[in-house]
Amino acid sequence: MANESGILVVAEVAEGALASISAEVLAAARRLADELGQPVQAALLGQGVEPLAQELIAAGADKVYVVDDAALAEYQSDAFVPAIEKICGEANPSVVLMGQTDIGRDLAPRLAFRLETAVAMDCMDLAISDGRLVMTRPCYGGNANAQHTCKTMPQMATVRIKSQEPLAPDASRQGEVVKVAAGIDPSAVRTKITGRRKEETEGIRLEDAEVIVGGGRGMGSVEAFQTLEELADLMKGAVGATRAACDMGWYPIPKQIGLTGKVVSPALYIAVAISGASQHMAGLSGAKNIVAVNKDPEASIFRYCRYGIVGDWKAVIPPFLNKVRQLKAQ
Amino acid sequence: MHIICCVKQVPDPETPASQFKVDEATKKVLPVPGIDPVADEYAILGVEAALRIREALGEAKITVLCLGPEAARDAVKKALAMGADEGIQLTDGAFEGGDSYATARALAAAIKKLEPFDLVLCGRQAPDWDVGVTPSIIADVLGLPCVTRASEVKVSDGTLQVERVLLDGFETVETSLPAVVSVSNELGEPRYPQLREIMAAAKKPVAVWSAADLGVDASQVGAAGSLLSLDRLYVPVHEAKCEFIEAETPEEAAETLATTLREAKLI
Ligand SMILES: Cc1cc2nc3c(=O)[nH]c(=O)nc-3n(C[C@H](O)[C@H](O)[C@H](O)COP(=O)(O)OP(=O)(O)OC[C@H]3O[C@@H](n4cnc5c(N)ncnc54)[C@H](O)[C@@H]3O)c2cc1C
Ligand SMILES: Nc1ncnc2c1ncn2[C@@H]1O[C@H](COP(=O)(O)O)[C@@H](O)[C@H]1O
Repeated sequence: MANESGILVVAEVAEGALASISAEVLAAARRLADELGQPVQAALLGQGVEPLAQELIAAGADKVYVVDDAALAEYQSDAFVPAIEKICGEANPSVVLMGQTDIGRDLAPRLAFRLETAVAMDCMDLAISDGRLVMTRPCYGGNANAQHTCKTMPQMATVRIKSQEPLAPDASRQGEVVKVAAGIDPSAVRTKITGRRKEETEGIRLEDAEVIVGGGRGMGSVEAFQTLEELADLMKGAVGATRAACDMGWYPIPKQIGLTGKVVSPALYIAVAISGASQHMAGLSGAKNIVAVNKDPEASIFRYCRYGIVGDWKAVIPPFLNKVRQLKAQ
Repeated sequence: MHIICCVKQVPDPETPASQFKVDEATKKVLPVPGIDPVADEYAILGVEAALRIREALGEAKITVLCLGPEAARDAVKKALAMGADEGIQLTDGAFEGGDSYATARALAAAIKKLEPFDLVLCGRQAPDWDVGVTPSIIADVLGLPCVTRASEVKVSDGTLQVERVLLDGFETVETSLPAVVSVSNELGEPRYPQLREIMAAAKKPVAVWSAADLGVDASQVGAAGSLLSLDRLYVPVHEAKCEFIEAETPEEAAETLATTLREAKLI
């Protein structure tokens, strides 16, 4: 298809509301589209999702394609891929963007295949050069960055969570809402979801926490994480962990921070007994201040730190906790 | 039951960041003397999943498939030592420099040649480019269902049950066979081959196939068949300057840190 125009954002809905990643991706799309002189389109898929279209317009979209279909009530790639393919047929975008989320990770490569194009996954930075989309993504566990362009159209990327600042919603923005009938054939959906178990978390979600205390393999036990929870509670924060600590069963898997876990952006991250492997730090690119306690002065974590203490956490964290409690009481 | 496991060989992801270097001119990662490449750990978990299925069913033939240079044989041997039956190596200059699409197309062609098969197991993402798209593309090329990021893979009565890892929990999915599944680290620890098994693996057959053996045109694979161009590869710099808090005792250091963070209004 020639004369592609517009940047299409695949929006995400979670539990009836727009997922925060949607506004982040729309903000990136808006910036790129303004530079190209093209419109921003959004694809909104699900059941009963039409009322969310205005929110997408307020977040930067000019035109929203809505597919409201019972077959889209839950994410299944076999249903979502043909629906978005249909929207792409109508919108004919030059660029397709979505979040590097549970859905984006699964959907993007399959959609790209259908559109006979390539996707750059987990991009941190998107720019325009000579009219083409330049996509920068970390690779080798965060040790290197790769810059790609796509040889085919549409150019496609998934965007790392928290890597883009959303625009302040503007309720006065005007846009068009177009309904698209997907005509999804239920028999084409080859997978069946038979169960889902959400790991409920009490208190503040990692993604929203302003203070996060992270624990690593050097914590040594499940019990040690209780000390970190006590500390986090005191600072109205949350506890996260490295993959090593989650693999040991010391902390729940949904609390893993990093390349294959959560991406977080706290104002303060306190890394306790964490070596600072690039794959862990990949989840902390948005952290504003990092502090570490590690007994090894050579640990990589200190390369990312504002403050550091070289020492055994067992000797440092309890008096730290007491002092924080005392300061908070003042 | 015939299970095909796709295993890639990658530079050791545990390479210390201080030793990790790239050649910006050729856009390649430089090998580190003394640190050998390894089999992709997620793909090795795919092999583990295959072995668990074989144990549960009582029988299954497991074929290992690896696209890479001659030296990638070590990755195939590792999977054979774990218990896989035979290996296929796709080695041909034409395969080099391929993006995920070109690589997946070559792997899919080899899988087709290995028909009949019931299940293709891959890793969730190879720890070199950290992409995680090859399994989906293989599935689409072959027209098969695909389930990504599995923490458990079971086969019963000819259907596949997979538990998948989501960011906030787990999901169970059922699908028909044949299918493609990618495996995540939550599957658990892979078995560690014993010396006897390593010796036995040396005798297991490993075939080497070229692009011509697969009947694919050289323009469809490797750098020529790629859709994504790599324009630049570089090592980002982290310029944070760490202020180490020094004190007579750990208690004192801890208290100074707390006061410093308080003054900076961070707590
Ligand atoms: C493809 C891929 C994806 C990955 N994804 C992730 C991811 O998403 N998240 C993630 O976290 N990891 C991930 N990893 C793993 C990552 O490479 C590291 O192995 C992991 O982050 C290490 O965790 P750690 O720092 O807890 O353990 P270690 O590296 O073992 O470090 C433990 C640290 O604790 C210190 N220590 C020990 N005892 C004490 C003590 N008593 N007091 C103070 N300090 C002490 C040690 O000096 C050491 O620095 C991934 C790896 C790969 C290959
Ligand atoms: N060259 C290769 N040879 C064999 N398997 C591969 C190759 N590249 C990718 N794979 C498989 O696809 C998975 C995901 O890879 P990727 O999409 O590159 O992140 C890996 O864990 C492997 O199982």
